Amino acid sequence: MKRCMNLVDTGRRQFLRGGAAAAVGVAAGAGLRSEAKAAPALARVSYPSMRLANIADLKFNEPFEVAYPDGAAPGVLLKLGKAVEGGAGSDGDIVGFTTICPHKGFPLAYSPGDQTFNCPGHYSRFDVEAGGMQVWGHATQNLPQYVLRVDDKGDIYAEGVDELLYGRLSNVL
Amino acid sequence: MAYKRQIDRLPIIPADAKKHNVTCHYCIVGCGYHAYTWPVNKQGGTAPADNAFGADLSKQQDANADAWYSPSMYNIVKQNGKDVHIVIKPDAECSVNSGLGSIRGARMAENRFSPARMTQQQRLTDPMVWRYGQMHPTSWDDALDLVARVTAAVVKERGEDGLVVSMFDHGGSAGGYENTWGTGKLYFGAMKVKNVRIHNRPAYNSEVHGTRDMGIGELNNCYEDAELTDTIFLVGANSLETQTNYFLNHWVPNLRGSTIEKKKAQMPDEPHAAARIVIVDPRRTVTVNACEVEAGKDNVLHLALNSGTDLALFNALFTYIADKGWVDKALIEQHTLREATTRPPLYPARGIADSNPGHLSSFEDAVAGNHMSIEDAAKITGLKPEDIVKAAEWIAMPKEGGKRRRTMVAYEKGVIWGNDNYRTNGALVNIALATGNVGQMGGGCVRLGGHQEGYVRPSDAHVGRPATYVDRLLISGQGGIHHIWACDHYKTTLNADEFKRIYKKRTDMVKDAMSTVTWGDRAGMVEAIMAAVRQGGLFSVDIDIVPSKIGQASHVWLPAAESGEMNLTSMNGERRMRLVERYMDPPGNAKPDCLIAAGLAQNMERVLREAGNGSYADQFKGFDWKTEEDAFMDGYHQHASGGKFVTYDALRAMGNNGFQEPATSLHDGKIVGTKRVYSDGNFSTDDGKARFMDAPWRGLQAPGKEAQKTKFKYLINNGRANQIWQNAFLDQDNDFVMDRWPYPFIEMNPADMADLGVNEGDLVEVFNDEGATQAMVYPTGTAKKGETFMLFAFPTGVQGNVVNAGVNELILPNYKQTWANIRKLADKPAAVAHLTFKSKEYAAG
Repeated sequence: MKRCMNLVDTGRRQFLRGGAAAAVGVAAGAGLRSEAKAAPALARVSYPSMRLANIADLKFNEPFEVAYPDGAAPGVLLKLGKAVEGGAGSDGDIVGFTTICPHKGFPLAYSPGDQTFNCPGHYSRFDVEAGGMQVWGHATQNLPQYVLRVDDKGDIYAEGVDELLYGRLSNVL
Repeated sequence: MAYKRQIDRLPIIPADAKKHNVTCHYCIVGCGYHAYTWPVNKQGGTAPADNAFGADLSKQQDANADAWYSPSMYNIVKQNGKDVHIVIKPDAECSVNSGLGSIRGARMAENRFSPARMTQQQRLTDPMVWRYGQMHPTSWDDALDLVARVTAAVVKERGEDGLVVSMFDHGGSAGGYENTWGTGKLYFGAMKVKNVRIHNRPAYNSEVHGTRDMGIGELNNCYEDAELTDTIFLVGANSLETQTNYFLNHWVPNLRGSTIEKKKAQMPDEPHAAARIVIVDPRRTVTVNACEVEAGKDNVLHLALNSGTDLALFNALFTYIADKGWVDKALIEQHTLREATTRPPLYPARGIADSNPGHLSSFEDAVAGNHMSIEDAAKITGLKPEDIVKAAEWIAMPKEGGKRRRTMVAYEKGVIWGNDNYRTNGALVNIALATGNVGQMGGGCVRLGGHQEGYVRPSDAHVGRPATYVDRLLISGQGGIHHIWACDHYKTTLNADEFKRIYKKRTDMVKDAMSTVTWGDRAGMVEAIMAAVRQGGLFSVDIDIVPSKIGQASHVWLPAAESGEMNLTSMNGERRMRLVERYMDPPGNAKPDCLIAAGLAQNMERVLREAGNGSYADQFKGFDWKTEEDAFMDGYHQHASGGKFVTYDALRAMGNNGFQEPATSLHDGKIVGTKRVYSDGNFSTDDGKARFMDAPWRGLQAPGKEAQKTKFKYLINNGRANQIWQNAFLDQDNDFVMDRWPYPFIEMNPADMADLGVNEGDLVEVFNDEGATQAMVYPTGTAKKGETFMLFAFPTGVQGNVVNAGVNELILPNYKQTWANIRKLADKPAAVAHLTFKSKEYAAG
């Protein structure tokens, strides 16, 4: 019991420290309070490893519609034709993004001409070649990007997201 | 990679969280927010009964959902000494923003002082003094005693003119009625300080003397007028970036045509269509683009005139409209001055005095004096004659059935910080006044504003007009002590290079003198400081929330509190007044400015009495406020127009919609306000009649501008970006903002880039005879060749360094008309390598 209390304290201190750790702390704290639970809650949400497509499905600069981490979270995969930071696959040119604008939740439209997502709601723009950086706009986050893995068969798996998705206070509901 | 927070979930606001009214403390628009706080060891749940929204948070929320907040809206702060969770999110019920959050306001929580989450650790927590060769913390008593003794010593030797004051006059942020009254009562009540300036300009003057002299206060309509108007005439403003949610929530619906039913209901006897917009701006902005997206290109007229030629354009429009007879004859007859006044001897070059650089007169006199043909205006402005005519038609040609066209005239820094401020302002107001658009539904002739307002002070009449050019006074070695209230001249003044050079030299003299005395020897310290002051030194006291750039030169820092760390009242661009309820503690020992001013007054009284100067000491009585509410009751409640109806309790009850100033009565406990000013045609002049301004064009007015334009190759136009509030005093410590703009951008035409051999992201030096600064190249296809646009007032590259010292007769700076040369400094640095340099303009998919 004493040990358990120490853990609670540690969790709380972590929580107060900040940044990403704040969210971490809540998750840990929530789990620790319900002592009946067999396994302690984890520090971060558990992202599903989800097959979204095969490399063969992707065409250069054409958005391939997907949903991740669940059916209520639309997104796309894109093959950009040049290696970018965060790009997956042997060419390092495959990226995946949510297509819900992190400002007010409007659906983004892809502009293949300059490889940006554009929001018809309030004109925000995000650059898929620069990690979803907001070129201009109102969102206080850059565009959430998927963590991708490509296996030997060319299957593309999403295994995480790097920012909070619009419309949910936990990326995994 | 772009900055990512790696946050995958946020604590949920519990149903019993405390909810505070908040008006965003950044821009003029003043969007409504709520701050929710709850104990750090508690959290809400996803079930409707377990959260503040009563919503099922286990489901994805829809667009525009109230039940969502971004990581930037969350933090952990101190409240009554304890850590609490805080979420500051937009208020869907506020008529100003209807739930919209801008990229500035939606980061309020993230930009709060948080020891737990290490945000805004730059905030000052204690009074700091120059001791042992650097700034060290001390007590309030110690710091205020030193400031009072040095202030009293300087005043004794030089009179109150030896005290130079820079003080904010705004609302929001650390401003507000409480704090402008506190500082105002000290410097204009207890003292009569004449050498005083405001946060963004080198004198104590109005940015819009022109309109005020004509009898038209500059905030005279309501935001709903933008929904009701036929035409928006926008001048020198980029409202999508700088009045974001006013534009999105009130202009766009009209441009889209979705307010037509509202127009029909409120103005049933005339035809209605979607609004058209005329935009006067030398640069194509994201505002122009958004208007085209919403209204269609045929309904947007962008007049990309030559920089600084607005006055010629307005006079041509006025001439054309008057010739056509598209004016409100009844209004002119009944509510404006009808007899022409005698023209000044040096007309048209000068006004009757430097205090009145235009000539206030009758409609007919102004029509004659301002006469400008379309062809002449086209030559001066570089615009097509037919576009000027089209603008006149959109602004004033009667609607079907002969009904008067309703036009909202709105302007901001493009003309305020532009060529010939006074006359240009007057010439624009001439158009609105003649066409009957002041005080009427769907009209108004308004500045759009930068910050919110919150001004209540004793009379400033002793300052005089033109007011002292304070920067020049400091540069010329005058003044012995400088009190600075949240102003950062190092970032936000003109002629900044020279100012910094001299200011550093003068304050260093005092620092060196202070280092020769032990801290415990107060009498010796004051004498050493005074000896340095007599040699040309300057003692500098900086009251601010963070260590500012000018504060690097100061000898004392006094830590101030901000909105939300204190109760604070302000009004927005439609004079909507709200109370921000204190939701957290100020950092450490920081205090509201009004209470710092009170402490300074009390110390002055004590020190002066001790020195045997009892009668002067008595002038510093009346500062025995315990709270900011005491200062509010002493100031606004007693002195503002309609203030007697306004109390904190009444404001709390009015919530985030507040009321529109001035208050006229209390009805069932609610404050009754004023939707539009001048609806009765009674203007703000002694006889109630408005004046027209006879204000002929006179080229680039400020000294040195024409020569600079001839000598240097590039226009260095300058202004704001939507991500950054003011001079980035908080945003300089915000990862999201500084990741996007590690250096100020300078938008350049690609052909100019090729000429200079620079690429996107390269650092360039911008230089002329006034000084030099640096910026990061942002390729901009829509930029005119030879015309750049640089981010203003940014800490890592100060545009003011290359703005010359020339001002108008009323000491208004002319930041916009600046010319310089450009050369490459370096290839893009590491902090720039990951940035995007694509066009800022939205493109429909």
